[in-house]
Amino acid sequence: MPEQRRLIFQHIDEPGYTPDLACYLRQGGYAVLRKAVQRKPEELIDEVKKSGLRGRGGAGFPCGVKWTLVDRKSGKPIYLIVNADESEPGTFKDRHIIHQDPHQLIEGIMITCFANNVRQAYIYIRGEFPHGAAILERAIAEARAANFTGPSVLGTAYGCEIYVHRGAGAYICGEETGMIESLEGKRPYPRIKPPYFPAVLGLYQCPTIVNNVETLCHVKHIADMGGEAYARIGTPNNTGTRILCVSGHVQRPGYYEFEVGKVTLGQLLNEVCGGPLPGRKFKAVIPGGSSAKVLKFGERYKGKRKVGAEMVDYDWGLEDVPMDFDSLALIGSMGGSGGVIVMDDSVRMVDALANINAFYAHESCGQCTPCREGSQWMKAITTRMVRGGARPEDGALLKSVADQIAGRTICAFGEACAWPTQSFVQKFPDEFKAYAETKKADPDSRAFELA
Amino acid sequence: MIASPKPDLITVNVDGREVAVPKGTNMIEAARLAGVDVPHFCYHEKLSIAGNCRMCLIEMGLPAVDPATKAPITDAATGKQKINWVPRPAIACATNASPGLHIRTVSPLAKDCQQGVMEFLLTNHPLDCPICDQAGECKLQEQATGYGRGYSRFIEQKNVKPKRTVLGPRVTLDDERCILCSRCVRFCKEIAKDDVLGFTDRGSASTLTCYPGRKLENNYSLNTVDICPVGALTSTDFRFKMRVWFLKKTPSLDAESSVGANTVVWSREGVIYRITPRRNDEVNDTWMSDSGRLLYRAVAAADRLTAIKVDGVDGTLEAAATAAAWLFRTGGVALVGSGRSSVEEQFVCARLAAKLSAAVYLPSRAGEGDKLLISADRNPNTRGALVAGLIAALPAPGLAELAAAIDAGRVATVIAIGEDLAAGLSAAQLARVSLVYVGTHRNATSDAARIVVPSLTMFEKSGTFVNQQFRLQKFSAAVPGPAGATDDLVALTRIMAAAGGAALPAELNALWTVLAAEVPALATALYRNLPDTGLLLDRTPWAHLPFVEGETLHFKP
Amino acid sequence: MNLKPATLARIEEVIPHYPVKRSAALPLLHLVQEDQGYVAPEAIEWIAAKLELPPIAILELVTFYPMFRQKPIGRRHIKVCRTLSCALMGAYRTCQEFEKHFNTYRGEVSPDGEVTIEFVECLASCGTAPVVMIDDELHEKVDPARACQLAVKISAEAANRK
Repeated sequence: MPEQRRLIFQHIDEPGYTPDLACYLRQGGYAVLRKAVQRKPEELIDEVKKSGLRGRGGAGFPCGVKWTLVDRKSGKPIYLIVNADESEPGTFKDRHIIHQDPHQLIEGIMITCFANNVRQAYIYIRGEFPHGAAILERAIAEARAANFTGPSVLGTAYGCEIYVHRGAGAYICGEETGMIESLEGKRPYPRIKPPYFPAVLGLYQCPTIVNNVETLCHVKHIADMGGEAYARIGTPNNTGTRILCVSGHVQRPGYYEFEVGKVTLGQLLNEVCGGPLPGRKFKAVIPGGSSAKVLKFGERYKGKRKVGAEMVDYDWGLEDVPMDFDSLALIGSMGGSGGVIVMDDSVRMVDALANINAFYAHESCGQCTPCREGSQWMKAITTRMVRGGARPEDGALLKSVADQIAGRTICAFGEACAWPTQSFVQKFPDEFKAYAETKKADPDSRAFELA
Repeated sequence: MIASPKPDLITVNVDGREVAVPKGTNMIEAARLAGVDVPHFCYHEKLSIAGNCRMCLIEMGLPAVDPATKAPITDAATGKQKINWVPRPAIACATNASPGLHIRTVSPLAKDCQQGVMEFLLTNHPLDCPICDQAGECKLQEQATGYGRGYSRFIEQKNVKPKRTVLGPRVTLDDERCILCSRCVRFCKEIAKDDVLGFTDRGSASTLTCYPGRKLENNYSLNTVDICPVGALTSTDFRFKMRVWFLKKTPSLDAESSVGANTVVWSREGVIYRITPRRNDEVNDTWMSDSGRLLYRAVAAADRLTAIKVDGVDGTLEAAATAAAWLFRTGGVALVGSGRSSVEEQFVCARLAAKLSAAVYLPSRAGEGDKLLISADRNPNTRGALVAGLIAALPAPGLAELAAAIDAGRVATVIAIGEDLAAGLSAAQLARVSLVYVGTHRNATSDAARIVVPSLTMFEKSGTFVNQQFRLQKFSAAVPGPAGATDDLVALTRIMAAAGGAALPAELNALWTVLAAEVPALATALYRNLPDTGLLLDRTPWAHLPFVEGETLHFKP
Repeated sequence: MNLKPATLARIEEVIPHYPVKRSAALPLLHLVQEDQGYVAPEAIEWIAAKLELPPIAILELVTFYPMFRQKPIGRRHIKVCRTLSCALMGAYRTCQEFEKHFNTYRGEVSPDGEVTIEFVECLASCGTAPVVMIDDELHEKVDPARACQLAVKISAEAANRK
């Protein structure tokens, strides 16, 4: 059974571990910050670059590169926004960091701010975490009183304030420029890029870094052990650990932290999560949050991939796929936010897609044409199918509509709402056809209504 | 006129065609320069870039260079520099020209994008064309025809939204037709500086809204109707009145103030239906005020003068001219000209005044400038009077000097062209003199006048005005005048001839030969060659005068 | 506007957190809704005036974000997650259980005024699906039986109050 490596989640669910400063200090908390503020900020950025840390919010973008893109010549203040909006369906990791180990996050924030000369940081936390917001505010106050944050950090000339800013129930606020617009007090319409790259024209048109909660916690550990040591954890180009969140039809759903790439999908679902529910068989899995393309059990993937400097053959069954960014991208899906949603043979795929499409139609901000109209159209088609109005051409129509959205929108929500439809139709064409023929779902008493 | 410095030009490639454009030009404009139309809805030349309609998606490619040496990489097949085409399409409106940038607007990918966006726009769009005012000038119709797939695959229910919201006194909104391009929201925020519009709700249910209790009532509200690419925002005044393909378009000017905003007058069979702005990047961009659009109502007003009168009896122009000349012979003539007359009319008035040794008065018309397209001088052609030599100093408010002259007994006859003297003279003073009135509408002066020659509004005749920038601009006759009215130039030249003055031509082109010969500022101008964007005149002879205008769009005092 | 002194104090505290006043729109909307139970037109105009914005700028936000409501709801707010993981574990049946117990339908105020039940999207606790938030509290593994228990508890609390 593959061993977890609880770097970020070391203290989650630990009996006796509380979110207050005293507990954190007893564990050696803020020692890393103490060391970090004695170093040159560029060195810290360098460590993060060497670490190969990739964003843990969903895009997997190299964190060191993101920091390097920040415009440091404009003379404008540089902002950090902590993306605590955790709304990608299937994802439930940042919640626990926020509620149980807030100081780890704050330490990671402060090290990041110091490294990037940020004087003001905002934690954008989703509105549905009211306790989380209160816990963070308390933790910040404690940290401020002890000079871990505030006008003079640990007696140095460097100061930084952190404020908590609550969202109010919109998934699109998780998109970095949507988050910036929301923070500015406007409707969270993502910005067109070019020219509004946050690193150059972000919050209040100033250079801005937007980083995920988990990513910032990794920064703390990188500052602690050094970038090179961190890069030895995990696998090449997919370094460190990541928290995988498994939900759906498994025996033991929950959060599990592994070195990236050192656990396969099969190991994760069968060994760590105990396999399918009694009497059921795995049917499909979405490996990286609902935006990721669905994978079908029984699929095989073959080809050549880059390992180190060489091209190496791979021939995988779905269970053999390592849970890292590159491998999942290679086989046509993505690591995304680490939200693994498992569906067994009781699930009607058309219904599952109808559920997902309803989510995206509801969450579309409505700014740009393809997503606004297309997401609603796809929802209407799958809902109609589920309610008995399916036609033979609906599968092809769904794919065609999705194809007209992906790549054509202002932000990645276009891909996010199109990929599920494209992949479900591509991988389960017979189910879509069957709905047209029977005019109703295959009656399976084990199945729940999904839409 | 100071020539603008030559901008940095770089070469880009549009559908295989090379074109030189200033660096940073967006690719919709660059394509235009190459003769290519990139379809779009939310892009507008005078507003910020929104990039939300996605109709202008094109394929873009950049010249390939070796990453290490930066040397160009050559494509073996063509022998030219290799172009790396980006697989993901980009919006042309937000893509700025850089050296060697290539775009394709008619490739399979570009066409698929256009058809896709078009299909999406039509999924929730109501089938209102038969009852929608926008038909015939609707961007959705045009681009669906030009770039759409031609059939619909949508069989679901369309969104239902409010359909005839009265947004304000002049604008009606149909939310179902709205494609959420945000042009109107951007206009109100950026140009009119009246942030009343916004989108409520989310996703496909997003709805253009004015806050309940507030109105879209600023004096530029109708510009949102002009720029709305569909029939969502419509003019309440124009609603259901006429199909636009029946209307004739005549270029004209806004006579509301000395800004001289360029306009288009839309008419059919002698009736004007609406006025919209005409683009002039030097004067008014693509905008005009709401109040300026209403000026056409004067054309069909009930108090139009329609009969030449000589001492209360209907007469001919001949009779009127002769009678006027007879009044003039005793001397003591005052001429009241107008800042609303054309340059040509003011020139003839100047000659007439000189012939009669008449004192010339021109009432001013002052108001508050709105810093946008209405200036503090509400006469559109004060400067025309200066240029034409009718006046040498700026007009004064009221007619105080004339009143004094009348009281002192120095005035026997007053000929007023287009100005109601009751604005500055008392009834008693009016009664002391003989009045000749050439004008369009009935007023105290026309009532008191012995000779009345009904004339034409600016919509019924052609001519030029000189705006606050000293820009000479043309306006053209859109509709014929009412029966009984006489063209001002015809009337004035006739009166001049009857008074023994030189025979001036009434026809514009012929008159301009005289103008060019006799007016120094107009020496190089010819009416028929006047560019549509106008001609800047040399203002030096009048630079010392204390003009009243403050800053407005495209004008700094 | 009859806001409690504590709310007003908190509002004054929050506005300076941002270099641009408009950013305080969301925090103010949360504070006002917590104070009053919902955001009335009067509140929209008050917040707009406070932040020197046209009222449409606040109305735009209130109608965009699902957490803000313009009308009062039931005393207790039951939010059932309907997104995929929770639906796979039976969220729709959980919701029906609540609706049955309180004799109401999603989005309405129950006849006794006690609850409003709503579907919400992913609450980020998918591993313990089905998940329900009742006011600010998260309840995990809420199958129909557990839903029944929670509903009974709410009704009991309501009865005790009377």
